[in-house]
Amino acid sequence: MAAALQTAAPLRASSNLGANSERFRFGSLLRSPAGRKGSLLVVKSDGRHSVGFNTRLRGGNLIANAVAAKSEASAKSTDSKPGHELLLFEALREGLEEEMDRDPRVCVMGEDVGHYGGSYKVTKGLATKYGDLRVLDTPIAENSFTGMGVGAATMGLRPVVEGMNMGFLLLAFNQISNNCGMLHYTSGGQFTIPIVIRGPGGVGRQLGAEHSQRLESYFQSIPGLQMVACSTPYNAKGLMKAAIRSENPVVLFEHVLLYNLKERIPDEDYICCLEEAEMVRPGEQVTILTYSRMRYHVMQAAKTLVNKGYDPEVIDIRSLKPFDLYTIGNSVKKTHRVLIVEECMRTGGIGASLRAAIIDNFWDYLDAPILCLSSQDVPTPYAGSLEEWTLVQPAQIVAAVEQLCQ
Amino acid sequence: MAAVRRLSPSFSAASLRRILLLRPFSSSSADAADQRVLTVETSLPFISHKIDPPSRSVDTNPNELLSFFRDMSVMRRMEIAADSLYKAKLIRGFCHLYDGQEAVAVGMEAAITKRDGIITAYRDHNIYLGRGGSLFEAFAELMGRRAGCSRGKGGSMHFYKKDAGFYGGHGIVGAQVPLGCGVAFAQKYSKDGNVTFAMYGDGAANQGQLFEALNISALWDLPVILVCENNHYGMGTAEWRAAKSPAYYKRGDYVPGLKVDGMDVFAVKQACKFAKDYALKNGPLILEMDTYRYHGHSMSDPGSTYRTRDEISGVRQERDPIERIRKLILSHELATAAELKDTEKQVRKEVDEAIAQAKESPMPDPSELFTNVYVKGFGVEAFGADRKEVKAFLP
Repeated sequence: MAAALQTAAPLRASSNLGANSERFRFGSLLRSPAGRKGSLLVVKSDGRHSVGFNTRLRGGNLIANAVAAKSEASAKSTDSKPGHELLLFEALREGLEEEMDRDPRVCVMGEDVGHYGGSYKVTKGLATKYGDLRVLDTPIAENSFTGMGVGAATMGLRPVVEGMNMGFLLLAFNQISNNCGMLHYTSGGQFTIPIVIRGPGGVGRQLGAEHSQRLESYFQSIPGLQMVACSTPYNAKGLMKAAIRSENPVVLFEHVLLYNLKERIPDEDYICCLEEAEMVRPGEQVTILTYSRMRYHVMQAAKTLVNKGYDPEVIDIRSLKPFDLYTIGNSVKKTHRVLIVEECMRTGGIGASLRAAIIDNFWDYLDAPILCLSSQDVPTPYAGSLEEWTLVQPAQIVAAVEQLCQ
Repeated sequence: MAAVRRLSPSFSAASLRRILLLRPFSSSSADAADQRVLTVETSLPFISHKIDPPSRSVDTNPNELLSFFRDMSVMRRMEIAADSLYKAKLIRGFCHLYDGQEAVAVGMEAAITKRDGIITAYRDHNIYLGRGGSLFEAFAELMGRRAGCSRGKGGSMHFYKKDAGFYGGHGIVGAQVPLGCGVAFAQKYSKDGNVTFAMYGDGAANQGQLFEALNISALWDLPVILVCENNHYGMGTAEWRAAKSPAYYKRGDYVPGLKVDGMDVFAVKQACKFAKDYALKNGPLILEMDTYRYHGHSMSDPGSTYRTRDEISGVRQERDPIERIRKLILSHELATAAELKDTEKQVRKEVDEAIAQAKESPMPDPSELFTNVYVKGFGVEAFGADRKEVKAFLP
């Protein structure tokens, strides 16, 4: 039986960090001594924290420190640098392929994932390698094939269901909400649904209103569901693998515009913890929380801010449900100022929930109201300029930080 | 709706009486009398769509007949008892009763194994019993007790029994059909030679996801059998008002179908056996069970505003599944009327005991509010509504 979800327990603080996102991140930093041993740290709302038993670390050949050992590196790559370079969609595919090799119960279903290779090439080549029973081309019937994925999961298979665009999964909302999210609870724990639902969402380049949706704001209320958003090739592969190995149903949000990001990732097997946020740039002055594509807008703004003399701390929250309040909380306690930058719409988005969670848990540590920059509450227009105004741009982020730090 | 039923036992009634006179009659004896093969003919011929129907002659034996009678009596008794419990406000929310339709549950079980899967919508109490669920767990779940089959967290519409291949118990009708096709997909994937029966009603037969799932199942040759329990009313809407073509067994178009008298347990058994053999080789099949429910759609529905009481009592007189078996048993002289009455009394006592036991069993602990939300815990804090009293870490 596949090992349960394991944390990639990153143990060293990265010493040279800048706004340069080319370097790999080893996951979030755990600063307490207990954290270095890889146990579960629980922070309560009154600031107390305790070390809990981490029942998640079970067996497995997981390498916590993902830098290649010298001998392996020289055998594998011709470059002097360790690891290999690839694009985000290739990283997703690599993660998927490794998991399909590892566990014969993993199968992929979606529209055009097989022979066509996937509309964003994430599943290219998998059908030839694994055959029609493991990489399944479905007709355009989201409601039913998502339901079938859930049904197969109750029997112990581990399907990866692809929505060609996340927006199409609105047709499967009933299956995702009632069956996928709730079946474990309503059956009194009898059935587990180890399904992964993934697909690209978010605002692209003038794709129009119906193909630019942010489903994370609709799905976030569903109890029993876990949601993660990837933003770099490193965490895309890590999150894909972790999601497949997880016993919970996981929705993995990819972004249409991030598929061609290039990064050098380790050769070894690694996963990213599903519930952990990623420290992109440590800082002292203001905490900027973001995820997915907005991370890049934030990093662009961060360059400007650093030049102006500010010191923002940028955290890619990655885990949209549940929030990694430990990492976020530590940051808030340090900087006392929070800016949330998201692509969701203002009403009912991830930012709205995150804001509420921070206020509930860390009110005493805040020196200023939490600012949340979100997209406008409008259907995404087609015209390029209008689309730009719908989204949060780096200039607005800079202005918001300046306002916060007054 | 009178059905002419012809009995054609494999030997004459006279010879049967002779055999029985030779030894004292005992309805539960395990002697040679019970190994006899009896052939019963179904009440109506099967009507088929794009397939050759199975034979009307069904083999059975006295043990099976008596167990059919007992099982259906337990199911009937359970539903009647649930009716009283609901009126006594021990069962709350929605309660959809299955009495009248017992033959479908019992006949299906007789044709398959516990490794085959069954999935249905909310009218699931008797299917749960048929799959081997206990009366106590069923009543405990209905009353929201911790000992219930879903730990009190599911309720009437969410009975499940994983070890017996019962996948529920679903509130949103139609959604269980793609789930059932998914279970069948997993069965095909694991090559374990089992099938899944995805049940739905005449109301849910109009759901689009059904046709989507049927298309995919036919494309991928999945061992799934779609069973439409046509009790002719989708809540308050008669089938002719909801479906342009109420011939549900034909709706598969390219998928063959069979229309079965759902009040005749032998017809159901024969059809399900036939369907299992077919599905393992050729992919999906549709079975339409022509059946009837005596109660309304649920306990909130009197059941008489959209149909006449004469119709209900007419079906009860002519087509009741338990009465059919009773007549069969009596005419084959496998038991006397008094013995059958005794069986019914025993069943009643069993049900009453289960109810009494369930009434005594405890309610779930408040911490159960947060169990089984996720399989794997996060150590994330979660609160009850007032944020003070009920508090737990989410596993």
